Amino acid sequence: MTRHLYVHLPFCAHRCGYCDFVTVVGRTGQHGAYVDALLAEFELERELLAPELDTVFLGGGTPTFTEPAALERLLHALPRAAEVTVEANPETVTQERARALRRLGVNRVSLGVQSFRQRLLVVLDRVAQPDTVRRAFYHLRDAGFDNISFDLIYGIPGQSAADLEGDLGDALDLEPEHLSCYELEAKPGTRFTHAHGEELARQADAMETYFELVVERLVAAGYRWYETANFCLTPDLADGRDLRARHNLAYWLGRDYLGVGIGAVSTIESRRWRNTPRLQRYVTALLAGRRPERELEPLPLEVQRRERVMLGLRLDEPLAVDGLTEALDGAALERLERLGLVRNSGETLTLTARGRMLGGGVTADLLA
Amino acid sequence: MAQDSIRNFSIIAHIDHGKSTLADRILELTHAVSSREMREQVLDSMELERERGITIKAQAVRVEWKGHQLNLIDTPGHVDFTYEVSRSLQACEGALLLVDAAQGTQAQTLANAYLALENDLEIVPVVNKIDLQQADPDAAAAEIADLIGDSPEHVHRISAKTGQGVEEVLDAVVERVPQPAGDPGAPARALIFDSSYDQYRGVVAFVRVVDGSFSTREPLRAMALGTRFEAEELGFFSPTRRASRTLEAGEVGYVITGLKDVSRLRVGDTLTSERRPAAEPLPGYKDVKPMVFAGLFPTDSDDYPELRDALEKLKLNDAALFYEPETSQALGFGFRCGFLGLLHMEIVRERLEREFDLDLLVTAPNVAYRVKPPHDDWVEVHTPSDMPNEVEEVEEPYIKASIIVPKEYVGAVMELNNDRRGRFDHLEYLSEERVHLTYELPLAEIVLDYYDQLKSRTRGYASFDYDVTGFRPGKLVRVDVLVAGESVDALSLIVDRDSAYDRGRLLVERLQKEIPRQQFDVAIQAAIGARVIARETVKARRKDVLAKCYGGDITRKRKLLEQQKAGKKRMKQVGMVEVPQEAFLAVLNLDGEKK
Repeated sequence: MTRHLYVHLPFCAHRCGYCDFVTVVGRTGQHGAYVDALLAEFELERELLAPELDTVFLGGGTPTFTEPAALERLLHALPRAAEVTVEANPETVTQERARALRRLGVNRVSLGVQSFRQRLLVVLDRVAQPDTVRRAFYHLRDAGFDNISFDLIYGIPGQSAADLEGDLGDALDLEPEHLSCYELEAKPGTRFTHAHGEELARQADAMETYFELVVERLVAAGYRWYETANFCLTPDLADGRDLRARHNLAYWLGRDYLGVGIGAVSTIESRRWRNTPRLQRYVTALLAGRRPERELEPLPLEVQRRERVMLGLRLDEPLAVDGLTEALDGAALERLERLGLVRNSGETLTLTARGRMLGGGVTADLLA
Repeated sequence: MAQDSIRNFSIIAHIDHGKSTLADRILELTHAVSSREMREQVLDSMELERERGITIKAQAVRVEWKGHQLNLIDTPGHVDFTYEVSRSLQACEGALLLVDAAQGTQAQTLANAYLALENDLEIVPVVNKIDLQQADPDAAAAEIADLIGDSPEHVHRISAKTGQGVEEVLDAVVERVPQPAGDPGAPARALIFDSSYDQYRGVVAFVRVVDGSFSTREPLRAMALGTRFEAEELGFFSPTRRASRTLEAGEVGYVITGLKDVSRLRVGDTLTSERRPAAEPLPGYKDVKPMVFAGLFPTDSDDYPELRDALEKLKLNDAALFYEPETSQALGFGFRCGFLGLLHMEIVRERLEREFDLDLLVTAPNVAYRVKPPHDDWVEVHTPSDMPNEVEEVEEPYIKASIIVPKEYVGAVMELNNDRRGRFDHLEYLSEERVHLTYELPLAEIVLDYYDQLKSRTRGYASFDYDVTGFRPGKLVRVDVLVAGESVDALSLIVDRDSAYDRGRLLVERLQKEIPRQQFDVAIQAAIGARVIARETVKARRKDVLAKCYGGDITRKRKLLEQQKAGKKRMKQVGMVEVPQEAFLAVLNLDGEKK
């Protein structure tokens, strides 16, 4: 039985140039109907879920942009879980809203900070100012949140190494429990790449070291680099708490999860499906009592094995190879060991620090 | 038929100047093909005649014109087959020199026209495509008349497309081309001017009977190679195949030999009868040797047996193709193949890829070298990595290059030829506008990108032809390439000593760009013997991660990694380094970088 639930709330005040998620701008009038549809889908799939959930994750879009009454109704109706996370944009987190989230059972907030440099926030089309971020953070703390995560982006056009140092320092000053640090992905053909592609190409060499810089700085500050792009305070700095994102950890450990909402993906018992990304069709179907259109992907055993390797190697914990040998390229493994990128105990594989820096290519090599 | 009623001729023309169209009109006018059966390019489209399982291209077609037997003999179309062309011309007494009224004489036309003149052929000059708007028949006629030392009034002006003037050309063939002059009573001799292979009937020889006559079931012998066989069937094409009991002096036709090995019957050899053999073969037989070599490797090493089978099959139809197994530590198992020239190589490669559906990696071509190691005999080297470290002398093949360009490009062509160790030979004006240049060049200098360079420096106006003239001593050294300390045999090259440093530097610079960054630093070096002459480093990657991967991303990210893995599999593993196939071709356009 599935113990992990993802809920997609696609609404945003506007679309940021670099974003490639399923988002819907504005349409406040439809938020209520969408939440109705979400709850209808949830009811339709409820039997797939365990009676007690481990995690619920509200992602977006900007979940906290959702019209307050609708969001409240949703949170109220969703089952309780050990970890309930909501993604939030700083400018949407008021004192009132922070308190409301807390009251409705949310116990973890992932804050879309991206940068503390005004200049770079503008490049990213972000509305928040550096101080908006700090204010949002304190509203959340004041409301009682003791598990806050920051999303940071590095490799922004025009970002110097000093800028990145500054962003990391500003983030660390606030002492968040968790940090996700992503390199900016400029997808070919997007508006963002059109505007900044040349600048990024020029900076490519200089930015080569940014990932190392992020890891060194955060690890030195007492954070555990537990996943390629994710860091959490070590237990000894957090009253013994394991602050890894439990919901996301479920993905990386290959557990089943149910996703509801437009564009949401579910993986349950060797099957994966993705809901239609089209708001109107989704709402219409569910309000008529039908399941939304879905793209179905069967996951044969050999694909599951490859995914276990791909996801497992993102973590700092050893990957047990039992049952996965068919997915591994033995010759490549030997070569990668010799290059000091992979450690092989015979029963488990672990990427070395440099191996993790090169994790994409190393994993591609390792796959049979 | 009596020899005074026979006329044997070829059509000499540059590609696209209308040879096939003219042949169509001739077939139509002589009623060899009825207008009802007429379709475009009859001879070309008939190349695979499948009657009784036989598949032979008609290399000569017999037609009747006003009581005369005309044999139209096809000539192979391009520069690498000069020897074959010369054999075809030797089978004729005359040739139509066909030139496009809009384009004028081209280098290849010129080369073949000279060949025809050397063979004492009667040349009937013809300007074609006079119906085209951009045609300048007077200019073309003046050029062609000047070339063969005739008056422009004697040049026929025709449109093969509409048929205008073609009858007069046929009349001129009858009037001007001499009748065959062999001795019908002498021991039989026939020149093999082309051959082909049929999987059921074996080698089919196309012959021109010079003396005596041949009949079916007669025991025959090829005089140069000594091959004996029985004439299973004789005949001619008209344009469909017609068996005939005999082939008489002066006639052109085919002989089905039943031989299963093409190498046993060579173009240029003389057939004679075993019953009453001729004392002397016809003159001019040459053993053609491949001059250009390249390694052919299957992209997927599992395809090696398919490549071997394909080469075996091609060889059946192409006696000039040479191949032997080659093992490269970088590229695995493949074949070292020898070709008459660049176009021959291109044709073979294309046929392998298209007809046999093979994915090939073809290494940069090189020429044959004659090498004298100390205390040892001369050897021929076909692969740069086989060049001994110590040599007393090295010889390389030279060519005589013939280039026709508009006069404003003469300087550009001269500069290119000087860069390529060329020695100026001769310059002459074909007309006020066009110049014919000849140069002596090492063949090695043209096997890479010479033709592309020539075209680009003359905006496509130059036409080019060459003829291998022989071997000459050179100051040559072998430059090796080391990737991460390992010598990569497939990248070795032999170059003129004076340009070794430049070439080595350009090559490592190019490789540095072609080899993607790896998980460690990769040194790329060029060396002569143990002496490193150039070095570059491909710096190790410092990050290579998929930024994020959550529930909704998994499928896409997995596919990304799978694609990445597939990409790596296409690369060649040199030690620990993944080298893309393109890198092995880096040596091909080194000169492009110079400019």
